[in-house]
Amino acid sequence: MKALEVKNLYFRYDKETVLENINFSLKDKEFMAIIGPNGGGKTTLLKLILGFLKPYKGEIKIYNKSPQEVSELIGYVPQHTNFSLDIPITVFDIVLQGRLKKGKFFYDKLDREKAEEVLKTLKIEKFKNRKIKDLSGGQRQKVLIARALVSEPKIIVMDEPTSAIDPAGQKEILDLIENLDITRIVVSHDIKILLRKVDKIAFINKKAVIHEGPKLNIPKDKHFCEVELIEFLKDESCGI
Amino acid sequence: MWDLIGNSVYAGILISIAIGIIGSLIVINKATAITGSIAHGSFGGIGIGIFLGVNILLSTTLFTLVLALLLAVITIYYKHRSDSLIGVIWALGMSVGIIFLNLTPGYNADALSYLFGNILLIEKSDIFMMVGVDLLLLISIIILYNRFLAMSYDIDFLKVRGINGSLLYTYFLILTSLTVVMSVRAIGIILILALFTIPPLIAEKFTRKFYQMMILSTLISAVFIISGILISYFYDLSPTPVIVILAAAGLFLSMLKRN
Repeated sequence: MKALEVKNLYFRYDKETVLENINFSLKDKEFMAIIGPNGGGKTTLLKLILGFLKPYKGEIKIYNKSPQEVSELIGYVPQHTNFSLDIPITVFDIVLQGRLKKGKFFYDKLDREKAEEVLKTLKIEKFKNRKIKDLSGGQRQKVLIARALVSEPKIIVMDEPTSAIDPAGQKEILDLIENLDITRIVVSHDIKILLRKVDKIAFINKKAVIHEGPKLNIPKDKHFCEVELIEFLKDESCGI
Repeated sequence: MWDLIGNSVYAGILISIAIGIIGSLIVINKATAITGSIAHGSFGGIGIGIFLGVNILLSTTLFTLVLALLLAVITIYYKHRSDSLIGVIWALGMSVGIIFLNLTPGYNADALSYLFGNILLIEKSDIFMMVGVDLLLLISIIILYNRFLAMSYDIDFLKVRGINGSLLYTYFLILTSLTVVMSVRAIGIILILALFTIPPLIAEKFTRKFYQMMILSTLISAVFIISGILISYFYDLSPTPVIVILAAAGLFLSMLKRN
């Protein structure tokens, strides 16, 4: 069964078409990057996959169901820079939020055990009782990944997970994502750091150009750099 | 002395519990302007109540609930212009109040007492309402603590978990409007905002968890309110400004603590 299938997808804000005839699919445990220029529709596509928005035309299926029907299977990692750091909230409190679901109001023993387990896996258990504001950017991003993983998702969607993080932290986060044994989608404007790690790339600029490899190898890949003639990619990644 | 200030001390404690819960939520949700809008807008309900000659508490409650729902729609669906629209609701409520007072024959000293409030004039019926609102706040925060905390940190994440964050935010604004109504006679429309936000702002600096922030806010506001009642009683001053000056001094002192 396909983990994600996007078929003939259109989206409009008022009368402006933001996404046009997008088609791609993702197999179980594949790793995909969604890249493209600002305003090209990356974030809109992400919101559609998460079920925050509904398509104008076409459909998105996650494990053969609409995103709204399978929200429990989806893990979401936003950018760590989106949040206020002043809230008195600990790392453990944030990670536990991943166990919330419809009809559930209180955390039980299993929720706490799962949260502890994920913190250990991500090697951030020593920060458990720290306030989120006392952590570095990379550590905060790991906390958000932990919050997504603690719900035991089958597919994880990440929005710019390496933005505003130092190079060492970026590598650590990407290695971590690469080794996750679930379907992964990363939205990023920085293709360079993702190229050799992903199975598939969707270049979104209103329309989509999909490239799939086994482990893409750009700039040697002539098709991607020359045939597709994507200026953005040529400048940013291919170096030609 | 207790006969004269007993009710105001009870009211002070009950308002402190409400500030501890709803004030902390207001601060961490950055909803200060929205609260100001509900508080000032509530004057519309007061004006309508005086004009129609009905129970002012009832007319203000209904009017602020309508404002809370309007503000929920604005903050959820018109996010990009919410700051300006919040200001419109703020002024609209006050204007409705003034117009209805203009239409009411005679001088309405009662209306002015709601602008600045007087905790020393609190009656038993006000205390009963405060107990009712406090109970609702306590039950709500016990059941919804985890959701309110998740909403305050990242409302979009609730959607991913299949929980209606917009509905929860609307409920938070409804609780805020009820808290405003219960406090308006004691604290007054104009100074409510300071008292709702200063204790949580101080508590935020000294706590690691949200429930600690709520408990500390409650204790801090109780200290400010009761000290203010005693000072205003002995020196014959208006209690609310004394309380706000004490609270502001406390806030500035707390700012000496570096994060």
